[in-house]
Amino acid sequence: MSVFIDKNTKLVIQGITGRDGSFHAKQMMEYGTQVVAGVTPGKGGQTFEGTVPIFNTVMDAVQATGANTSVIYVPPPFAADAIMEAAAAGVSLIVCITEGVPVLDMTKVYPFVKERGVRLIGPNCPGLITPGESKVGIIPGRICTPGPVGVVSRSGTLTYEVVYQLTRAGIGQTTCAGIGGDPINGTNFIDCLAAFEKDPHTKAIAMMGEIGGTDEQEAAAYIKEHMTKPVVGFIAGQTAPPGRRMGHAGAIISGSSGTAAEKLEAFAAAGMGIAKRPIDFVELIKARL
Amino acid sequence: MNLHEYQAKQLFSEYGIPILPGKVASSVEEATANARALGGTAWLVKAQVHAGGRGKAGGVKFCKTPADAKEKAAAILGMQIKGLTVEQVLVTVAADIGSEAYVGIIVDRATKKPVFMVSAAGGIDIEEVAATTPEKILYVPVDVRYGLPTYDAMRMGFFLYPDVKLARGAAKIMQQLYAAFMASGCSLAEINPLVVTPQGELVAVDGKMVIDDNELDRRPEIAALRDERSEEPSEVDARNANLTFIKLDGNVGCVVNGAGLAMATMDLVKYYGGEPANFLDIGGSSNPEKVVNALRIITADPNVKAILFNIFGGITRTDDVANGIVTATRANPLKVPIVIRLTGTNEEIAMKILQENGFTASSDMDTAVQQAVALAQGGK
Repeated sequence: MSVFIDKNTKLVIQGITGRDGSFHAKQMMEYGTQVVAGVTPGKGGQTFEGTVPIFNTVMDAVQATGANTSVIYVPPPFAADAIMEAAAAGVSLIVCITEGVPVLDMTKVYPFVKERGVRLIGPNCPGLITPGESKVGIIPGRICTPGPVGVVSRSGTLTYEVVYQLTRAGIGQTTCAGIGGDPINGTNFIDCLAAFEKDPHTKAIAMMGEIGGTDEQEAAAYIKEHMTKPVVGFIAGQTAPPGRRMGHAGAIISGSSGTAAEKLEAFAAAGMGIAKRPIDFVELIKARL
Repeated sequence: MNLHEYQAKQLFSEYGIPILPGKVASSVEEATANARALGGTAWLVKAQVHAGGRGKAGGVKFCKTPADAKEKAAAILGMQIKGLTVEQVLVTVAADIGSEAYVGIIVDRATKKPVFMVSAAGGIDIEEVAATTPEKILYVPVDVRYGLPTYDAMRMGFFLYPDVKLARGAAKIMQQLYAAFMASGCSLAEINPLVVTPQGELVAVDGKMVIDDNELDRRPEIAALRDERSEEPSEVDARNANLTFIKLDGNVGCVVNGAGLAMATMDLVKYYGGEPANFLDIGGSSNPEKVVNALRIITADPNVKAILFNIFGGITRTDDVANGIVTATRANPLKVPIVIRLTGTNEEIAMKILQENGFTASSDMDTAVQQAVALAQGGK
């Protein structure tokens, strides 16, 4: 079992003929994801790798193939429109990998997808992987293995680091979700925690946060109130100087809220395990399984 | 990207917001000439740097004659405020101040909307107002699909001023500020203070705008406002090389792919008793040139006593990183030790490249960080 994606996920790839889109399309197909369609305006009627039909619009792709999930690899100026196109075409899950989407674009996109009841993951995220079943995004498949741990994170390579350490220690994952580090994203920690709580196969959760914003504090409050499953948390940026942007638009400390100390305090108050280093996840998760 | 006060106010003015006449100057002579040209009987000379608390640091001075303006400009130009050298001053006509209000708009993560924050208790202590008397601030989120409706703008106007004429004037300024905010691709715009003069006129005396870096490609006219003199030179260099770099005070130079892992690497350096010299994210693309640039920028810092690479190859191919290390060190042999941690995409090829060129590398993050810290401290 898993959350958000599984072997029944039927994927349409927006931007399938682009540099990143085509590379990752192949990776996802090799992993076993059901890639049923691609979209590149003007290339409708062609096929990708001789097997995947390409359409001009997402609407055409969904009608012809029954795709229920979309992944987006289009450049930043077009990403907001691509998300709205997918939501309007009727998919139920959209994963936007694109990095560098203007935040004001997201203020328009967010209500658009919410009102249609569509789940958006990202933007600026590595996507989802349910080991052994399906991968939607760019998380390297070979570092994952099936098992009982749900993983949710705001960052990309840090997610890989933790998943890699878990897999090396023989601890597998139900689903790994990279939700992205932008100030406005479609899915937050609480959405993922709620999904993992409901998933019968997830026995424990590893959660990687960052400085900036209050998502982690809200997640900690949610864990305290609603979660029966154990959660181990980590905050990146404990030594970051205040007020400096560290690559992710989200990692900005504003005023007194958003510091690592404040987030770790919230974790402790929620009774969570706290990983001081990525490697600490291994022992802390083991002790809770 | 931060705009200077004079740039923000110029934009405000283009959207109809009343500002006081002012001119920017880079020299003492220019500042004096500006005061004369502006006319009037009193001026302010204001440091143009990307730092808060300019007034408290002595970067804002009142003067009553052009000669006085010359003296004040001489004192402010070249001074250091929070580590930044003042290269320019704004000379403006000084206003008589009846009251000071705060009007700000920021993209709020919680509501996922631009949110106005207004307070009648404006001025330099607005942060303290927010912390100690939050009831003195009114928050109004804006649905970008409808913009800022007049009724919401009026609600904020009346929160600031009981007088309907002032409330209407303030409401209009808020709608103008909202228009400037959206059209310039801001993540923050503020007027502080919004002043009512003894004559009952509203005027934006100080202003600030922060532009979302992701907007700059499609707004070349805004991107052209960037003032590289006001930034750390190594950070400008890094940005031009498409790297995200922030200089810090430690001695372990870090090169990492991905912001989260880069922060976690800095944290681990500290955990093992070291001090990171920088935050550096080479991003996700596979390009040996990026590694060459990263090494050049890091080794230019004389504080760096050891270099640590921590690369988790996903999109990034580790063999590209290895090639970059070899190319860079062949051109400019390293004077400090280097510790390399590589794992992920094409790891075997990368390890082979490094070994053939006399480097050793490990695949474990904790081991690599401990080694780098020890080397930076003069150990083995």
